[in-house]
Amino acid sequence: MAVKVLIPTPLRPHAGGIAAAEFQAKTVGEALGHLTTEFVDLRKHLFTQDGKLRSFVNVYVNGEDIRYLAQENTPTKDGDTINIIPSIAGGSSRAA
Amino acid sequence: MRTQIQTSTQVQGAEKLTNEEILRYSRHLIMPEVGMEGQLKLKKAKVLLIGAGGLGAPLGLYLAAAGVGKLGLVDFDVVDFTNLQRQVTFGTSDVGKPKSEAARARLSNLNPDIEIAAFETKLTSENALALFKDFDIIVDGTDNFPTRYLVNDACVLLGKPNVYGSIFRFEGQITIFGIPDGPCYRCLYPEPPPPGLVPSCAEGGVLGVLPGIVGSLQAMETIKLILGSGRNLIGRLLLFDALEMGFREFKLRKNPNCPICGDHRTIHELIDYYEFCGVRGEEAPSPDLKVPEITPREFKARLDRGDDLFILDVREPHEYQICNLQGKLIPLGELPRRVHELDSSLEIVAHCRSGKRSAEAVEFLRQAGFRKILNLKGGILAWSDEVDSSVPKY
Repeated sequence: MAVKVLIPTPLRPHAGGIAAAEFQAKTVGEALGHLTTEFVDLRKHLFTQDGKLRSFVNVYVNGEDIRYLAQENTPTKDGDTINIIPSIAGGSSRAA
Repeated sequence: MRTQIQTSTQVQGAEKLTNEEILRYSRHLIMPEVGMEGQLKLKKAKVLLIGAGGLGAPLGLYLAAAGVGKLGLVDFDVVDFTNLQRQVTFGTSDVGKPKSEAARARLSNLNPDIEIAAFETKLTSENALALFKDFDIIVDGTDNFPTRYLVNDACVLLGKPNVYGSIFRFEGQITIFGIPDGPCYRCLYPEPPPPGLVPSCAEGGVLGVLPGIVGSLQAMETIKLILGSGRNLIGRLLLFDALEMGFREFKLRKNPNCPICGDHRTIHELIDYYEFCGVRGEEAPSPDLKVPEITPREFKARLDRGDDLFILDVREPHEYQICNLQGKLIPLGELPRRVHELDSSLEIVAHCRSGKRSAEAVEFLRQAGFRKILNLKGGILAWSDEVDSSVPKY
């Protein structure tokens, strides 16, 4: 059950610079657990202190938001792609 | 979703095109998807650009060229040299001028037939609704979270579409928020990241072409909204990765529990967005650490005196290549695991570009037991200003 996790640019410095990682995982939570075990520094960027996904980080499985599936219990199967999408604000101008 | 924007009040003389306009827009007019009807819709449309910088540059240029009847530009910043790498509306001679005014001059030269309103002001909770009221579409190209939430909330309250684009290094996000039946920014991101956790473009950098691409996509979506044609990005988040050179698409849903556009909304008016984002004052995204400091002049005097000072540079290796003070390089992020490389019996002066990261390094090292450690106040920027102007600022 290899699941691919894509890591966005802003979080790559906390994941050893890599853009993607593959894990054996039956759920989204399991895959993210493996990821943050391998890259401990990433944990505080993805999860709050009580272990909840942060509200400025969205997680998608094959293009679908897990908030509208089964959250971190969303099942994953071989070949699935998990995307982590944090909010970015850049636009390089100052209107306020 | 197909959506057509209703233009509220008429732009003067928008009922027909002059012969000069027919010539100017001929490549639109001969397309059945635009034609005379579409070009008149463009002429009647009023679009407000929030930010005249990186995203605002292609947006302003293409929307002005396309004949959008009224363009508003909100920006209080002035053009500086670091902008020219990506903000292609501006030339070198514009450095030092207000961006809104420099952009207005450039765009009215490009298309003198349209009305351009430059607002050299900060967008605030006090003026946003009044500013947005006169426009059909709002295009968000700002660079910070408080303004993103402000633009979102004002658009939702007024029921106006918000053509959203944001960028970071090699990645961009594009979508349309604010349509009554569609999701809003808060549906996607209920809360902003705490200050300091996500770097800004000024800290993280951005490849100059990226805002050109993302801003052009926003311009395309804006024009499609005006024409009411094609399939637009409402309910879809488009992600662009320039390194991989590919797009990905994610479904966006309206969150029934959204505090501003959900069924039981709790936000009915604009709030304090700096407080909401945990930011106090735009120049101080994180609270300043109080650590022992040394000014560049004091530092220079002590070096000249021959004092034995150990210089610690906590920037990144690629920054060290731009310029350095011949210090030992240990990036802030590596400091915890490389702290053993430092001798706590030596007197250490830590520095970075502006003094912010090195303040964190000094705080960290003090907690690790270092007693003789000082932060170079203002970093390399201040060193260049006050001691050695041959050191480049970046």
